[in-house]
Amino acid sequence: MSLLQPFLDNPFLLTALTAGVLAACSCAIVGTYMVLRGLSFIGDALSHGVLPGVAGALLLGFPGLWGAAVGSAAMIGGISLIGRRTRLSGDTAIGLLFVGMLALGVVIVSRSNSFSGDLIKILFGEILGSTMADLMLQSTALALLGFLAWLLRRPFLLLCFSPEHAQVSGYNPKALHVLMLTMIATTVIVSFQTVGTMLVFGLLVAPAATAALFARRMSRIMLVAGSLGSLSVFLGLNASYWFNFAAGASITVTAVALFFGGLFVKGLVQRV
Amino acid sequence: MSETHPSVRAVHLHTGYERSNVLPAVDLELFPGHSLALVGGNGSGKTALLRTIAGLLAPISGRLEVLGTTPIKAVRRLAWLGQFTTTNPLLPLRGRDVVRMAFYGERGLWKRITVSDELVVDQALEAMGAAEFARQPISDLSGGQRQRIYLSYVLARRAELVLLDEPMSNLDSGGMLKYYKAVTALGLRGATVITATHNLEDAADCDFALVLGAEESRFGPGRELVASLGHHH
Repeated sequence: MSLLQPFLDNPFLLTALTAGVLAACSCAIVGTYMVLRGLSFIGDALSHGVLPGVAGALLLGFPGLWGAAVGSAAMIGGISLIGRRTRLSGDTAIGLLFVGMLALGVVIVSRSNSFSGDLIKILFGEILGSTMADLMLQSTALALLGFLAWLLRRPFLLLCFSPEHAQVSGYNPKALHVLMLTMIATTVIVSFQTVGTMLVFGLLVAPAATAALFARRMSRIMLVAGSLGSLSVFLGLNASYWFNFAAGASITVTAVALFFGGLFVKGLVQRV
Repeated sequence: MSETHPSVRAVHLHTGYERSNVLPAVDLELFPGHSLALVGGNGSGKTALLRTIAGLLAPISGRLEVLGTTPIKAVRRLAWLGQFTTTNPLLPLRGRDVVRMAFYGERGLWKRITVSDELVVDQALEAMGAAEFARQPISDLSGGQRQRIYLSYVLARRAELVLLDEPMSNLDSGGMLKYYKAVTALGLRGATVITATHNLEDAADCDFALVLGAEESRFGPGRELVASLGHHH
């Protein structure tokens, strides 16, 4: 039993692996900012808030991607509206939109004939059904996200340190924040079709959190997170192939297990 | 230009976090090299005024000129340090990395941080006695060590206007001495320094003081104004 064998024998698994690795790399870039800035909840909300958009688009016969874009734009717009008009804390605003959008999505999906089938497809994706077009889209997004993260590394680091110091250095922290949310949304939008909204969130948060336990530089956290995410995809797909587990969920479980493994190792290292 | 322009000029300036909670009108004029102490009890608005001058808070009414222009336009020429700088313990930053961020505005997105910039960073760390722990992760440092790092960051910005909110909080006596020396050097270099403080002795040592009361604010020479406060109590 070789771990490489499934991918050599089955071209569709190789495509799935590529799609998963591309998703893991995009997630590593934006997930690092998400973990360091404490934006995990908004990331979670964004990844599930696309549900009504996707469901609506599928119902009306548009590509799911468009629906996801509309869904996340509504999410970001709604959260900043509540932030501007009320004194409610950010997580209350996110929670409101999160549960509202998710419920709306379920309402829309419940109109369709294959209710649970569609819901599961959106939540867990169809990584085994990834196409060349999916890969092209994901590669383009990865290149764009990587470029933005490189170009804006200084203002983004300032924003992580303190939005006020970003402003006093001449940058616009509100614009940077919205851009960061848009980058998270973009990752969700281009990845959910292959890996599903739940797995996107798993790949956003788990590898970056694991890497943040060890790495001492922003770029290194991203690099380590990308490697851990890709490793999770590789191991998860193997688990799916050999033991017939659900592919997407296996990848998520692996990524989270790697985090706890990392925590354990860190504990050992500190005791020595 | 800068010799004819005041560093900060406020004419009947009102500011505050909300319209229901506005500071008394502030009138003041400071020139390069001047130092000003903001004095007032808790909630008197020292922090709000500093944030307004730094461009972090919009004035409600009145005029405010900073370095001959608006606070927003002057932002890269000033340095501001808030009272409660919290550092996310997850951030992968060493003390020196924080001080280096002083150049992130000036050098923009892609201009290199030069060897002479790095030298400025080292000198700032040296001035605050922070060089020996500058290579440690910021999250491992004590409150006082962190404050020395933040003050090094302020020095490294080489700003024309320096705004400090309770800068001596957490500093030990060694740190305070370094701080006094650094602030004196800033003044000699021609920088204007505004400090919010609870310490009246420090306020008396400043060229000017601004006393923020509930009804009115008073601007005048530091020693005289602080002495008059003594009579009131």
